[in-house]
Amino acid sequence: MAVSASTQKLDAHALRADFPIFEQKIHGKPLAFLDSAASSQKPRQMLEAMTTFYETSYANVHRGVYELAERATEGLEQAREKVRRLLNAPDVREVIFVRNATEAINLVAYAWGLTNLVPGDLIVITELEHHSNFVPWQFIAGKTGASLRMIPLDDNGELELSGLDALAAGGTVKVVATNLVSNSLGTISPVATLAAWAHDQGAIFVCDAAQAAPHMALDVQALDVDFLAFSGHKMCGPSGIGALWGRTEILRRMEPFLTGGHMINSVRLDRTTWGELPHKFEAGTAPMAEAVGLGAAIDYLDAVGFDAIETHEHELAAYALGRLAEVPGITLYGPPADRRAGIVSFNLDDIHPHDVAQILDAHGVAIRAGHHCCQPLMQKLGVTATNRASFYLYTVPEEIDQLVEAIHAARKVFA
Amino acid sequence: MSDPGFEQMYREIILDHYKNPRGHGVIEDADAEAEGQNPLCGDEVSIYVAFGEDRETIDEVKFSGRGCAISQAATSMLTEMAKGRTATEVATMDKDELLDQIGIPLTPVRLKCAMLGLTTLKVALHKAKGTPLPDGLADYGELELS
Repeated sequence: MAVSASTQKLDAHALRADFPIFEQKIHGKPLAFLDSAASSQKPRQMLEAMTTFYETSYANVHRGVYELAERATEGLEQAREKVRRLLNAPDVREVIFVRNATEAINLVAYAWGLTNLVPGDLIVITELEHHSNFVPWQFIAGKTGASLRMIPLDDNGELELSGLDALAAGGTVKVVATNLVSNSLGTISPVATLAAWAHDQGAIFVCDAAQAAPHMALDVQALDVDFLAFSGHKMCGPSGIGALWGRTEILRRMEPFLTGGHMINSVRLDRTTWGELPHKFEAGTAPMAEAVGLGAAIDYLDAVGFDAIETHEHELAAYALGRLAEVPGITLYGPPADRRAGIVSFNLDDIHPHDVAQILDAHGVAIRAGHHCCQPLMQKLGVTATNRASFYLYTVPEEIDQLVEAIHAARKVFA
Repeated sequence: MSDPGFEQMYREIILDHYKNPRGHGVIEDADAEAEGQNPLCGDEVSIYVAFGEDRETIDEVKFSGRGCAISQAATSMLTEMAKGRTATEVATMDKDELLDQIGIPLTPVRLKCAMLGLTTLKVALHKAKGTPLPDGLADYGELELS
């Protein structure tokens, strides 16, 4: 691992050696992997932690009294503590392991929303949301009679906050749910401000941090949110694990989301009582090895340093925006580089993003083309799809050069 | 651009149909029409058909829509293929007939793009004839058709 602590700069060229995926060529070209916002690549350290767990410490957790079960339980609970530290959460029992951010948000929407929302209540989200923080609320609004309202975007792709109080008129705001970083535009949203506004309204604030957790230091106490959701796979961890953090007092008052094994206190023929936090929300066998992998991923990112990662991504975003602006007929979406994470969405005149992505693939460049699970945002931008290049700690400027070169080739094909 | 698969995919005939689509437009008071969307990439196609006096021969096919080169070029080729044939014939056209015309290797994702026009045309014809949609169309269940 190559980091100079004094300058807080990371050496992406050196970090790439930790990621086995880069040891291959794609269509005979070096792999320029510019789709980390969809899912990140995996460092050897994380993969080895999971393998070691399976090879030396694997058994089902919690109820076993033998050595292996104890080791496995320790692995799972150490990972929980690592997540607590990642989020600066006050209490490790507030960390609930789930499959991903989508499941975390569904947990809140169902387990909190179904019992607390009534007709006339308002759920406030934004036009920037990923479907993961849009569809669950739309669905639960439909079930409860609550209404969904949308904070609009300005022309920069940033939230337009001037009309907030007007948005709350004629109803009771009960939930405000926004992302911290937009997966589509890279916009960093003012979550602390929005959380304070939500609390003024008497609402809970749910933060979708799926796109933020990989890239910046998080602090649930400083943000003063009530729930925060993220996925492990976007931050060097394995797929199939994420976490929900929630405030103890709210979690305690909530009904469970999934029921079954492990989440109980006692089961009688006529009545079941729920387990303590976090077990009440963790029915079934836990994703144990995945938790260990997530813990190892957090260790890895910690060692590189979140400040260094954030700086690196801002630099790459600035470089990419500059290089892409050279391309004739390009439209770039989103805010300036200093107010966005390492995500750049763009369109080329007259070339559909699917065709762009296909031609780029032939040049070894992996980008995403489509609506990025943000169809309401695409409608706002007046397009059906965009191209999106996204960066991470292992991204090097040469990959962006490769991207620009391939875009020129695509333009030639369609000239 | 050394990859042969890639050069094939955007071979001249595809780009020609994409840039100069045949049968682009709308038929007012069409005898058969349907809309298709591929939610995966947002491709959209609307197809309009006018029958001849025998109410069976396809006199005219037009389409409108927006999408990637593959979906739009395939639909453009399809309008040329369908004209002059009977509705029954086209409604049961084998997909390989169109794929042979397109003549390029397609990944599963791009196959859906290529099939959008044909599937939508079949829906239009079945609707006009009042015949049930065949099971085969369900292969493209991810397409939204109406």
